[in-house]
Amino acid sequence: MADLTRYTAAETAAAVASGDVSAVEVAQAHLDRIAAVDEKVHAFLHVDTEGALAAARAVDDRRARGEELGPLAGVPLALKDVFTTKGVPTTCGSKILEGWVPPYDATLTRRLKEAGVVILGKTNMDEFAMGSSTENSAYGPTGNPWDLSRIPGGSGGGSSAALAAFEAPLAIGTDTGGSIRQPGAVTGTVGVKPTYGAVSRYGLVAFSSSLDQGGPCARTVLDAALLHEAIAGHDPLDSTSIDAPVPPVVEAARMRDVRGMRVGVVKEFGGEGYQPGVMQRFHEAVELLRGLGAEVVEVSCPSFTLALPAYYLIAPSEASSNLARFDAMRYGLRVGDDGTRSAEDVTALTREAGFGPEVKRRIMLGTYALSSGYYDAYYGSAQKVRTLISRDFDAAFAGVDVLISPTTPTTAFPIGERADDPMAMYLADLCTIPSNLAGNAAMSVPCGLAPEDNLPVGLQIIAPAMADDRLYRVGGAVEAAFTEKWGHPLLEEAPAL
Amino acid sequence: MPGITREEVAHLARLSRLELKDEELDHFAEQLDVIIGAVARVSEVAGQDVPPTSHPLPLTNVMRADEVRPSLTPAEALAGAPASEEQRFRVPQILGED
Repeated sequence: MADLTRYTAAETAAAVASGDVSAVEVAQAHLDRIAAVDEKVHAFLHVDTEGALAAARAVDDRRARGEELGPLAGVPLALKDVFTTKGVPTTCGSKILEGWVPPYDATLTRRLKEAGVVILGKTNMDEFAMGSSTENSAYGPTGNPWDLSRIPGGSGGGSSAALAAFEAPLAIGTDTGGSIRQPGAVTGTVGVKPTYGAVSRYGLVAFSSSLDQGGPCARTVLDAALLHEAIAGHDPLDSTSIDAPVPPVVEAARMRDVRGMRVGVVKEFGGEGYQPGVMQRFHEAVELLRGLGAEVVEVSCPSFTLALPAYYLIAPSEASSNLARFDAMRYGLRVGDDGTRSAEDVTALTREAGFGPEVKRRIMLGTYALSSGYYDAYYGSAQKVRTLISRDFDAAFAGVDVLISPTTPTTAFPIGERADDPMAMYLADLCTIPSNLAGNAAMSVPCGLAPEDNLPVGLQIIAPAMADDRLYRVGGAVEAAFTEKWGHPLLEEAPAL
Repeated sequence: MPGITREEVAHLARLSRLELKDEELDHFAEQLDVIIGAVARVSEVAGQDVPPTSHPLPLTNVMRADEVRPSLTPAEALAGAPASEEQRFRVPQILGED
């Protein structure tokens, strides 16, 4: 039998629907793959063998009864450990939630289950999604399947590594400053941050509420679109959920035609600080788009140079407030409750023991930015920058349909290289942050290997809010053209594990 | 803008309910000083007449109907609690003895 772990999600669903394979066989093949390689990769924090097989059996039973199956029924998925899963541990990569078993499903989790998606387990991540390398997980780092000594990106490094290691054809990430797109770029996979408000945040453990957005990760653009369609849509349980139809992303992914589309190259992203091989592959992608009939122009977005500083004030400010819920009273860790200490002391001791260094840094940074005397200069100014960035996007999208840039300034860096240098780490999100601040849609799609290190490079595509279909139209065309040029999908060049 | 001192970091840690160790205070003071120095660039726009954006969506007062719906049972709600008693979260002492 063919290796089921090499199937795309679309192929898997078709094979299950036609009866060529059972959903149980598909799930078992992926569980076997996880058992064989995850000791090395460490993409998963928790593998739910029983739950996955039960979900797969339910799909097979429905098929046996002649019921119609959805487009992702029987397809395995790796879920970032930041979405609640009823009865299955959810840690957010933190010791403060070690052993916590949520009593409810996130809306996204519920939708996946209703679509017949088989959730294999929960993936590793930077603690509370704060980081760009997955090194901030309290449970140890994840290796990049292209080179296990390097980072898989972050915060959703576990999800992207699971895809690149063929442990799952689909995964879910969350993107607050680039945590879906940057891991996608450095692992040679596809990652999409949908328009803010497109995917429900109910049951997504909050980091920065005005920026957090769940989204699809996959090995192909079409698979990402199928997953996008399954998870997006209005949810009354999330008051920031957009009440509008989901853009036609699947149709767009199948078009593979960018003729007549206007593409803007963001002038501010490139040059000094960017790895030469990343720029080389990016420029090739630009030429490829031209060759496919797109009209490519250069666009200037001057305020983008202030996006990184604004983000590192806004996100920590919101985090300092959101993470106040970890008070050792209602769930999670409690330390030092010996009958003599006050509730306040127990809270402070618990947070000291339960949070890692990056989370502590960001909570204090946010507390500082929101404190009287600094509020106007820091948080207030950052909010103004946010307006300026949105205006730059509006001006740009008046002349072009999508914007493009490299997803990240460099390829995957070695584990440990930036671990204790926060500013160096933060630079990994330089190109991805503006879309979070403005709330629009963005994708990373593979555009080759950097010649100097043979590691994947990502092309970022940005579209206006609720025009997510444009990402898939451009991404699908780029993917098809590169695959034809290379003779195979990029991931076939990844070393065997 | 002035840098951040170790004393300020200690104060922030107290406000943040983090019982930091001395060596953490030293380390964080150094790192936060660098980070704040780098992000202070945003104050370039402080004087500009630009409205602030707090959120990407122009939503206000999203309401739902006030209806009784199924919810967690007390046992489910308390299942993750570090300590509970008589269907309530049991917490350490909040007020003084006297």
